[in-house]
Amino acid sequence: MFLRQTRSRGVVALAAATVAGVLLAGCSGGGGSAPTTSNPYASAEGMDSANALVAEYPREETLFTSGTQWGPPTSWNPIPSSGHATGARGLLYEPLFQFDPITLELTPWLAEGGEWTGDKTYELTLREGLTWQDGETLDADDVVFTTELGKVDAVPYSNLWTWLDKVEATSPTTVEFTFSDPRYQEWDNWLYSTMVVPEHIMGDWSDEELLSNPNEDPIGSGAFKFSAVGQDRMVWERNDDWWARGELGLEMPMKYIVDVVNTSNEVALGLMLSGGLDLSNNFLPGVNQLVDTGQVSTYYEGEPYMLAAASANLIPNQTRPPMDDVDFRQALARSIDVDKIVTNAYGGLVAKAHPSGLVPAFEEYYDEAVVAEHGFTFDAEEAKSILADAGYEDSDGDGFVETPDGEAIDLRLIVPAGWTDWMEAARVIAEDASAVGIKVTADFPDAGAVDDARATGDFDLVINGNAGVSNTPWTYYNYAFYQPIQEQMLAGNFGRYEDKEAWDLVEDLSRTESGTPEFSETLSKVQEKFMTDLPAIPLWYNGAWAQYNESQWTNWPKEGREDAYFPIMWNGYVQMGGINTLLALEPAS
Amino acid sequence: MRGYLARKTAIYGLTFVVAVTLNWLIPRLMPGDPVQRMVARAAVQHPETIAAMTAYYERTFGLDLPLWQQYLNYWAALFRGDLGTSVWLFPAPVSQVVLDAVPYTLGIMIPAILLSFVIGNSVGAMAARSRWLDNVALPVGYLITAMPYMWLAILLAWGLGVALGWFPVAGGYDFGMVPQWSWAFAGDLLQHWVLPFLSLFLVSLGGWAIGMRNLIIYELESDYANYLSALGAPKRLVRQYAFRNAMLPQITGLALQLGTILGGALVTEIVFAYPGLGKLVLSAIQNQDFFLLQGTLLFVVIGVLLANFVIDIVYVLVDPRTRTGLTGATA
Repeated sequence: MFLRQTRSRGVVALAAATVAGVLLAGCSGGGGSAPTTSNPYASAEGMDSANALVAEYPREETLFTSGTQWGPPTSWNPIPSSGHATGARGLLYEPLFQFDPITLELTPWLAEGGEWTGDKTYELTLREGLTWQDGETLDADDVVFTTELGKVDAVPYSNLWTWLDKVEATSPTTVEFTFSDPRYQEWDNWLYSTMVVPEHIMGDWSDEELLSNPNEDPIGSGAFKFSAVGQDRMVWERNDDWWARGELGLEMPMKYIVDVVNTSNEVALGLMLSGGLDLSNNFLPGVNQLVDTGQVSTYYEGEPYMLAAASANLIPNQTRPPMDDVDFRQALARSIDVDKIVTNAYGGLVAKAHPSGLVPAFEEYYDEAVVAEHGFTFDAEEAKSILADAGYEDSDGDGFVETPDGEAIDLRLIVPAGWTDWMEAARVIAEDASAVGIKVTADFPDAGAVDDARATGDFDLVINGNAGVSNTPWTYYNYAFYQPIQEQMLAGNFGRYEDKEAWDLVEDLSRTESGTPEFSETLSKVQEKFMTDLPAIPLWYNGAWAQYNESQWTNWPKEGREDAYFPIMWNGYVQMGGINTLLALEPAS
Repeated sequence: MRGYLARKTAIYGLTFVVAVTLNWLIPRLMPGDPVQRMVARAAVQHPETIAAMTAYYERTFGLDLPLWQQYLNYWAALFRGDLGTSVWLFPAPVSQVVLDAVPYTLGIMIPAILLSFVIGNSVGAMAARSRWLDNVALPVGYLITAMPYMWLAILLAWGLGVALGWFPVAGGYDFGMVPQWSWAFAGDLLQHWVLPFLSLFLVSLGGWAIGMRNLIIYELESDYANYLSALGAPKRLVRQYAFRNAMLPQITGLALQLGTILGGALVTEIVFAYPGLGKLVLSAIQNQDFFLLQGTLLFVVIGVLLANFVIDIVYVLVDPRTRTGLTGATA
């Protein structure tokens, strides 16, 4: 179907680069030997589409993005849910629903709708006229196939089958799901985070291949199709047969999307300022100054500039004293002046976190009564008095307190080397904690070493922000409280907080439907548990980093606009606003 | 000559085995678990699923085997020409990832090294006999050699790229171009190539020039040169002899430089966001990608060994004294 240029690319580049090199090296000049003008693909398969390829992507029809891809794109397989080229999930393959983290609404996408028809049954209706990019029809069988892929252990959503009983296509456009243990929160999450894949293609793959097949000629259903790939870029071309044009009347304004593999901050800024990039989803320190001078724009005109994507938490290891003492954790939380982190480390690009740890998208769920009673705020004096009341005293006069047993406290706070913002934040935390008498030293091991320490529990204090924005506050509390404690903690509860009551509450939450009074009630209890026990100390919100250059494309998401979405192309965010951001863009001229 | 070659080959063979073993070992001594990082990127929330995915990937990469078995498998695969699968760029084969990046690195390194060698040595040799040139070349040479490379590169990127806008600051070719056989594309490729090349060229130019100048002055004052002059040999001839003798250490230096070609452009590629091997090495380290790191380092090892081997032979050709040594017991 499409011209694949993965391998041939290098050869062209080599030929031209060496020709250029040899020309200069030989000092022969004369502009002699040139790359041959005959087309090397002339006899290759797929020549028709190759001829249709343009020599240069017209600037006014092309969107340049960056900030998602960290290395040469090598996979277009959406099943492993990571490691694929930017946009393979969202632009190429599509989910049943979209989720908007600003309005907290699930919007039917491939699905026309879905509802709980019984306590344990969910009926999903697909839209009519859905097609794959190769012309095949996308129907209920593809949805059933996608769901049943989860029966293979290594597929990321295999957990679904511990509470899903069976899935059946009852007509070409309806699918019935029968649950053994309906977990409403997780189900909504599955509906928008799983990409429907074509049975007529992936049905031929072996179980082993499901994760390891690079899927080099991807056939999706989405708005964009594979165009070309290079060492430092991924190019998508608009799919003019996209079902949503007819069904929903949606038109993609750009013909091409070129996603540039992440470069250094300097280069990203340079490209941004010269108009070579339209959207950058990188964290660019100091970008606030460029916003203030009008060179680039962001979601908010002033602080915090960016939408919040996840809370960054200070995680005390509760298998080690004194972090196993809740009074100590409360005192530690009150000793940290987060405003100083926001100003010093971020220049105002982030906002202070709510004591519940939930991102502002869940503002409506904040239980302020609980916060007033149990929430912490920066108060060095209070921190000191909590420590004193709990028996932490400086008995040897070194300026730092000892445990009630008289043991010296000397904690190490680790963040990955090179994460300059987190390193600066860690320094502030160490300074503030020391000011109330808790000896904390900031340390910066290699990122891999931090991962190791976090997973195995070999740390005192660590900063982590793994739980991102999602459809439900359950995600965050599942992350904060996850139990049972295992030797390796990989998904959450890195501090190894143990409390059966708390975990029961979180499990209840996952089984309660959003929007019901029970849901808010359970959530309030969870928040109270969180604030009284502090398994993690929420500090600030990592931003949904997005800066736009508006010289080519306008109507970017901004606060107050009706059609404002999360302007993010990261993995998992394309269906949480990324694609709507693209749809709303308008050419500048 | 045959004995010389056999001895050299044996030494290089042994070096190769040791280097490849270290190649295999060193990435495994790094902290961090590549599979864990990979699974973490999938942002899966359920520990049971994480366990299943981890087991699957460990099996795929052969990391579930005992270390000695992994080591043997590594050699076996190497002889089949299989460098393994990249963890970070899963599921791309390492050989493909590396081969896609090699052209860019060679494209800037070979011209930069050869050209700076040729021009640097010529300028140095001329400077040794021209007071005027010496007064200019020497300070300039010292200045660019002493400049931290990083700084010079950023200065070039900023000055010629951002401020003057003559050259692009990132990428192997324009992000809006489609690779093809056309003048426009070749021109674009060349434009992106200039800055990384120029920075490498400039930074090694001074070293060659200064080295050559000093060597020539030394040679011109040596006994044989004085003797030749006393015999009334023309100045030109004396200089030619001096130049030839001065070339020998320079050729050794060139060999060492050529050997490091593949790994040597790391900073360049990062500053100019140029898609070559150096960037791959850095990313491989940051992502604990054992296989990619092994693969790229293997290229570097082979590069260094080959370059030295070739130089050993070139030496025999350019320096008659080594040739007489070959026939003796000691070489």
